[in-house]
Amino acid sequence: MGISPSNFSYDYHVDNPAPDAETVYVDPLRQARSQKEARQDAFIGIASLLVFVALVVLLVGRSSGWGTVAETFFNRDQFSESFPGLLQAFWLNVRIFLIAEPLILIMGLLIALARTLKSPIFLPIRVLATLYVDIFRGVPTILAFLLGFGMPALQLTGVPSDAIFWGTATLVLSYGAYVAEVFRAGIGSVHPSQTMAARSLGLSSLQSNRFVVLPQAVRNVTPPLLNDFISLKKTRPSLQFWDQSRCYAEPKLTRLQTLITPLMWVRP
Amino acid sequence: MSKQDSYICVDGIWKAFDGYPVLRGTSLAVAQHSATALIGASGSGKSTLLRCINALETVDAGSIMVNGDLDVTAFNVDLDAIRRRIEIVFQSYNLFPHMKVLDNITLGPIRVLKKSQKDSKVAAMELLTRFGLESKALDYPDRLSGGQAQRVAIVRALAMEPEILLFDEITSALDPMLVGEVLDSVRELRAGGLTIVMATHEMSFAKEIADQVCFLHEGVVWESGTAAEVFERPLRAETQGFLKRVH
Repeated sequence: MGISPSNFSYDYHVDNPAPDAETVYVDPLRQARSQKEARQDAFIGIASLLVFVALVVLLVGRSSGWGTVAETFFNRDQFSESFPGLLQAFWLNVRIFLIAEPLILIMGLLIALARTLKSPIFLPIRVLATLYVDIFRGVPTILAFLLGFGMPALQLTGVPSDAIFWGTATLVLSYGAYVAEVFRAGIGSVHPSQTMAARSLGLSSLQSNRFVVLPQAVRNVTPPLLNDFISLKKTRPSLQFWDQSRCYAEPKLTRLQTLITPLMWVRP
Repeated sequence: MSKQDSYICVDGIWKAFDGYPVLRGTSLAVAQHSATALIGASGSGKSTLLRCINALETVDAGSIMVNGDLDVTAFNVDLDAIRRRIEIVFQSYNLFPHMKVLDNITLGPIRVLKKSQKDSKVAAMELLTRFGLESKALDYPDRLSGGQAQRVAIVRALAMEPEILLFDEITSALDPMLVGEVLDSVRELRAGGLTIVMATHEMSFAKEIADQVCFLHEGVVWESGTAAEVFERPLRAETQGFLKRVH
């Protein structure tokens, strides 16, 4: 049964029964008005955006130094020249990420769990985990990259001297410490009553962590974990500095590459 | 009832938190297949007493024997053995929010009782049906009303096939409209012969289903007896005062 203003009334009785519970009724005049307002809002938003972009283009384009900046940063020839190298570097970037990220997650989780161990027998493990986290968060990542110089320089047998290997190892160690703290915060964010409920069902401490606490902890810390992933992606170019300093004798980088390589790791 | 033939025998237990005494030599005897109601003001030790029976808290002194063969307060007690036999339902439900209702219920049977997935699910569905919740099996707990959530929590405890069920003010967080459906569930369990100990503020309900009512005052069982004795003819001034305030 359709609703019309004539039978939409608070004065319900036998001849004018109340609408059933699922009925939604909006006054047609109000509906038309709110649709009109929505169209107006969309129009104003787009117009405002266009005016803003036009202003920016006008202000930047009329500035005296724009010619030089355009020549340096937005040169089509230089871009097409260095693009294959950048693409290659980007692919390397992605591969390092795919290897480093799972290792960081595993490392962070294990360290966070180690710090929650309560039994006195695990005191050494707790101390080591705490030291690791405090040291690797305290040391600037760029210093941690000294691993990449130092470990190969020791010339130990069986220790790889590959720059990618040590770069990735540094990233895992450094970010593992941050991610461990994120996981620890996540574990702390699950209310103790959840553990209590799990334990009172008879689940062991390990089981209540595995099935009740950790799944909730990981959900709670997904946004800060994504922060760390993105940051990881941006830290990796620091690898480039010492890698480049090793290969300094090979100045084949174009001007554009020199500017953009801090965004990606290029091995010439 | 003498101590020898009581099913749960709480004998002079003491418990303090940070130097603040909560239980001060509390004793209680509960017969098998009976329902005991713990009443008393907030802070009188009802919840702590229940949690000690389930070994969620360790006692400072005293002992709790179950069926004459399980000393809950022993130093080397097997906690899992206790919690397989004694389940507790909390005021705040404490369902696991990341699991569907059915998974909440089958977690214990699968992981602790080592039952098969299939058997646990069938048993859980039977219990859910018995409590009119079968349509909620695949919902997450945040889709449930307070009354439904608390009944799921009861089902989760029942799925462990306990001998004793402890209820810790299970209706206190509920909208008055929803209290009835939870109390109906308890009535049903009572008829089924489970041994029940409940801390409650529902005096009329305690009066209706409890075989034994214990009034706790400042951490001791101040007065206990049948519902008629405690509610109709309280002997001690504190009991009379408490009942006057809650009625």
